[in-house]
Amino acid sequence: MLRLNQIHKVFNEGTLDEKVALEDINLTLEPGDFVTVIGSNGAGKSTLMNMISGVLTPDVGDVFIDGKQITSLPEYKRSKLIGRVFQDPMAGTAPSMTIQENLALAYNRNRRRTLMKGVTKKLKTTFQEALETLHLGLEDRLSAKVGMLSGGERQALSLLMATFTEPKMLLLDEHTAALDPARAALITRLTGEIVERTHLTTLMVTHNMQQALDLGNRLIMMDSGKVILEVEGEDKQNLTIEALLHEFQRIKGAKMNNDRALLG
Amino acid sequence: MGSAMFGAVESGIIYAIMALGVYLSFRILDFPDLTVDGSFVTGAAIAAILIVNGTNPFFATLLAIGVGFLAGCVTGLLHTKGKINPLLAGILMMIALYSINLRIMGRSNVPLLNEESVFTKLETLFETTGIDALFNNVASSIGLSNLTSTWSILISMLLVTALIKILTDLFLRTQIGLALRATGDNKRMIRSFSANTDQFTILGLGLSNALVALAGALIAQYSSFADVGMGIGMIIIGLASVIIGEAIFGTRTIAVTTFAVVGGAIVYRIVVSLALRVDFLETGDMKLITAVIVIAALVLPQLIDGQKERNRKKRKRLQQELKLREMKDGGEEYASTKSNSQSI
Repeated sequence: MLRLNQIHKVFNEGTLDEKVALEDINLTLEPGDFVTVIGSNGAGKSTLMNMISGVLTPDVGDVFIDGKQITSLPEYKRSKLIGRVFQDPMAGTAPSMTIQENLALAYNRNRRRTLMKGVTKKLKTTFQEALETLHLGLEDRLSAKVGMLSGGERQALSLLMATFTEPKMLLLDEHTAALDPARAALITRLTGEIVERTHLTTLMVTHNMQQALDLGNRLIMMDSGKVILEVEGEDKQNLTIEALLHEFQRIKGAKMNNDRALLG
Repeated sequence: MGSAMFGAVESGIIYAIMALGVYLSFRILDFPDLTVDGSFVTGAAIAAILIVNGTNPFFATLLAIGVGFLAGCVTGLLHTKGKINPLLAGILMMIALYSINLRIMGRSNVPLLNEESVFTKLETLFETTGIDALFNNVASSIGLSNLTSTWSILISMLLVTALIKILTDLFLRTQIGLALRATGDNKRMIRSFSANTDQFTILGLGLSNALVALAGALIAQYSSFADVGMGIGMIIIGLASVIIGEAIFGTRTIAVTTFAVVGGAIVYRIVVSLALRVDFLETGDMKLITAVIVIAALVLPQLIDGQKERNRKKRKRLQQELKLREMKDGGEEYASTKSNSQSI
């Protein structure tokens, strides 16, 4: 489904601020894979996401989706294939527009936008049915402005919108990090439900180790722009936070003491 | 007095088209587009020079709309492809258009006094069909005689502006319209839903300036001249209309807001014409009056809201005090005096 081939990315090359963000990243996702990505700040997780979504292009290397090379396809064209949820709950929705208008925007992701009415009667029913799966009562507030919703509600709506047209891939960039524990648990649960129902190939960045263990069938750990650990299948199911930290310690040695705080 | 008001409403309705254009760029796209000062004159210049050279005034007006659209697209290109800051892109286009407008007209002023315009054509139509007589009878029956020599401008412009308002409302609810609004609201989000925000910004600015140029073309025919300086401060007049309208009529939905913008443009013209009747004010003070009106429209609602909020808090505090007093059965005077002194 997704293939990253020897991706390299350097920021500010040739200056004092030079930073190798990604170094020789090779990653293949099979259809239906749900991969969680963990790593300390600056490990290159977000850069990896941006490479796939097209916000950044690699210095060297190629990105393939469904066997199609999309390395230099602009962001807006790629988003036909890729659904995204951002860390900031405000980022995934248009605040001054209503819930139904936001959903209509999501609905038109892989259609040509025309001068036809954006929100039709038929679509409203579709939207209502979709919103019911969130169990937040949003289905009764179709014409409420999204700016009036709480952060948790907006993030749930973002998640629904990102997966609405069942794109090829779903990218989740620390999408529960800005929420309180109860809302984060809700969004985590919804994420699990939606991915299970739609079998979307998913890549999720998280700082929450428990979340990384609970969700998905594969886990990768990044550090300094490299993938340093990959676990999948049964091994992942039996993995514990302790074992993960131990493994990280084994690979990184003494550096651990600094990173424990960030990862825990 | 009556006929001055009538004139103010007439021109207010024409300027409302320009205000709707400013609303598209300023509010919908969140793009403070100063191109308006130039594209307004471009519309006027195209219409005037074509009419002087014998073109059908309706066709001349249509062409002005097209050229205004192009001018807006160029500003959009400067911003999206040239990565120029929105304000600067607009200013650059504005001064570029100043020279272009002079070129179009060939001189700084084109009079249209004895030319055939859309309004002279409509005037004849209204006279010959007897519509004018009808409205004059109605007006004089409610005690307003000699308001105007013709009703054609007011009626036809009311229809045109209403039509443009309704079309704008409908457009903003289409799939393209929704994406355009999202472009102004949250670019990052709408890009993640596969919309080319550059394209929508260019389209939006094009449409905005098309409306502005239409207003320019109509104002030139209404006031029987096109002048290279007639667009100075136009963006502020547009903003004034949008802000005044929103303050008076509210912004609950798109349809309400566009209605507010049209209303704001008319209110603005009425306020200006009233202000000019004050003895010590001269026509040259127009821009100063405009600035004061805009500042008032921006600041007054805040002051009113602030006062409302203070009153609400005062009420709450009084209620709280009453409750306290009831609980203590009026025994302790000290508590209430203390909270009183705090509230000051």
